[in-house]
Amino acid sequence: MDENKKVKFLSLGLVRGIVFQVIGSLAGMGFVMLIRLLMGLPAWNAEPVWVGGTFVGVFTFLIGVGAFSDWFKWAKGEETSDHIEADPSQPKWAKYYNISYDHKVIGIQYGVTSIILLGMAGTFAMIFRTELAAAKLQFLDLGLFNSLIGLHGIVMIAAILLGIGAMSNYLVPLMIGASDMAFPRLNAFAYWLNAPSALLVVISLFLGGFDTGWTAYPPLSARAPLGMQMFFLGVYVIGLSSILGSLNIIVTVIRMRAPGMNYFRMPIFVWASVATSIISLTATQLIALSFQMVMFQRLFGMGFFDPANGGNVVLFQHLFWFYSHPAVYVFILPGLGMISELLPVFSRKPLFGYKWIAVSSMAIALVGFFVWAHHMFTAGMEEYLRVPFMYSTMLVAVPTGVKFFSWVGTLWRGKITFPTPMLFTLGAVSVFLLGGLTGPPNATVATDLHLHDTYWIVGHFHATMFGGFMFPFFAAFYYWYPKITGRMYSEKLGKLHFWLMFPAFYVQSLWQMYIGLLGMRRRIGDYDPALNFDNSHLVITIAGFTIFVSVLIFIYNLIKSAKQGEVAESNPWNSRSPEWQLPTPIPEHNYTDHPFKVTGEPYDYGLEGSTYITMSDK
Amino acid sequence: MSTADIRSEYKYKLGTNRLGLWLFLVSDAFFFGGLLVSRFYLMGYTRPHLEQTLGLIVTAVLLVSSFFMNRAETAMAHGDQKTFLQGTLITLVLGVGFLIGVVGVEWQLAPFGPNDGAHGALFYMMTGMHAFHVLTGVIFLAIVYRNGRKGLYTAEKHWAVEACATYWHFIDVVWIFFYPALYLIGTVVG
Repeated sequence: MDENKKVKFLSLGLVRGIVFQVIGSLAGMGFVMLIRLLMGLPAWNAEPVWVGGTFVGVFTFLIGVGAFSDWFKWAKGEETSDHIEADPSQPKWAKYYNISYDHKVIGIQYGVTSIILLGMAGTFAMIFRTELAAAKLQFLDLGLFNSLIGLHGIVMIAAILLGIGAMSNYLVPLMIGASDMAFPRLNAFAYWLNAPSALLVVISLFLGGFDTGWTAYPPLSARAPLGMQMFFLGVYVIGLSSILGSLNIIVTVIRMRAPGMNYFRMPIFVWASVATSIISLTATQLIALSFQMVMFQRLFGMGFFDPANGGNVVLFQHLFWFYSHPAVYVFILPGLGMISELLPVFSRKPLFGYKWIAVSSMAIALVGFFVWAHHMFTAGMEEYLRVPFMYSTMLVAVPTGVKFFSWVGTLWRGKITFPTPMLFTLGAVSVFLLGGLTGPPNATVATDLHLHDTYWIVGHFHATMFGGFMFPFFAAFYYWYPKITGRMYSEKLGKLHFWLMFPAFYVQSLWQMYIGLLGMRRRIGDYDPALNFDNSHLVITIAGFTIFVSVLIFIYNLIKSAKQGEVAESNPWNSRSPEWQLPTPIPEHNYTDHPFKVTGEPYDYGLEGSTYITMSDK
Repeated sequence: MSTADIRSEYKYKLGTNRLGLWLFLVSDAFFFGGLLVSRFYLMGYTRPHLEQTLGLIVTAVLLVSSFFMNRAETAMAHGDQKTFLQGTLITLVLGVGFLIGVVGVEWQLAPFGPNDGAHGALFYMMTGMHAFHVLTGVIFLAIVYRNGRKGLYTAEKHWAVEACATYWHFIDVVWIFFYPALYLIGTVVG
């Protein structure tokens, strides 16, 4: 049996990568110190030495894990194979800890990493939520509180980006009938960039933390502790991963579709994935630039955001939000695509208005580029920008409304069943509606001036993230679980997960909005007892812990069912999508032995005699 | 021929690679675009005090290098190994010349440092990020030159040469925007 094979610890790519990262970081630090000595400066200055060293460490990690190996061979003029043969001396599970070019393996790597980061970010939230449950400071100091809220934000963002990576890497090639991604090496490279950078973000906590929140506005970020630099560097590298990953998705969809799979016959999630990728391909560069500028301001005294030295702090916010607002659409578009993907399956009805849904994803992505300054109404930005940005922001509601209309139209008179994935899909629709409806008050300048930086925003934002990402993400996990593992998850635990998380989320979010309207400011570790928010905060904290527990149940379900779940049929949901027509487990090269032609519409559920794909077994 | 067979052909992969490279350049263009926006946001209608003659020379060097890069690539597409190697080598030398001109000379001559106001910060950031791209291009050229000498490229199969050329032209185009933004537009300060 597999399990009995002994694994040499050091032969695992991940372990080798970390060892290389530590050695590389130390060597990089030595190198920076040497250069400083040659320049006549004192060798030790914590900032440049740490930043230079750890930057080198990221690349040595990638060398250690083997992400550069094929490219080095190409540079030497050698040919390489498109597939990495698994080392026969290692057990099967070892491939998830090593570099692999198989998009299914990479998708699972993304997914597991995402859940680990999700748990980490959730834990940070639970710590500061406990602190907030009563007025006054109990066990955190303000610096640590600030670091924790910043880390909660950024680690969640990384978790969400990786979760999207998981869904699109695993599903897009399968859905369009490709044997793999267009650039398998780049795919692996993009995944492995996340491991060393996630480490950087987390060690920021041990290098003084950072007290800016995840938005890292200067001037505060220009004088925050050293942890700030690690945060910048980590996010910078995660951004590179996001750019390369989305490039790969776009090329894959354009070049690798099966015969007959024209753009309006692709499963709808593919459209959402492409729309998301267009944003991350381009806009991510701007957050990278803004973070690099603060890093360099700290390292070389460059005065980009230092008013005393010719700079302007508002420029940072423009550059930062040019990515960070569209980033919200990066997070929600795959989730909304997932809702459109699953509703027809569990309603046994055609997706209402396929083309409109497809185009609305693109429209959200496009409009998303022109709304960033609505985060800056109170920031002292140029006043003439306010009203145009208010209108452009409102415009986002139009394509989003198209989606809601289609979802209701799909459900209308359907034969609806309610297994766990459908519960999460419906939960997503409901929660995202809450998030969506609480948006326009923030987009309107007059009301935003009052709502800005209150708990109202916190409630609104978490509703969009839970409705737009978390619920659909869980739905997707439950839905494809039988295809990935070959076993069924526990329906009982899945339902428990939903019925804990769904009401708890409503309590948390609505209560946050409620005290926000009453004047509770966000991002503060302590609040005046005279405000009488103690009980409200206690309720939010209890709701938060309920969500946390429900996610633990989810993780337990995933692990337990992988071994003890019932063996699943190859198409338990009776889906029309191509990946469900393949045997379980999915063959290594997907459709190579099961080529298919697209012969009909993807979502004609319940129409007699309709086909989507015709598969011919070789 | 089955779809899988067509997909694994060099010609089909070439089209895929081209698309990938162009998307990468689009992405990179947003970074340089952001730098340009920052330059106009912070400096408006002013520009740093720079050595005009030197600016003209390095710009000319880079533009001429693109000509030789194109010549090298076209020669390879026609199977002319000798002109290809010649062109690649000249491009490489001109690229190094550009780097020396900007980093080695202009940075030393400039009467301000990176910590002198917005013009100092932006000048060093813009030329620095551009020079970093030129450096990666030079490394790419060196690899292509070495493999070209080993005879690894043919008239039909020379994607690395094409990619290198496209990337090099892209760096050139970026400079065509950066040169006027730093050397020509606005009145001199500092």
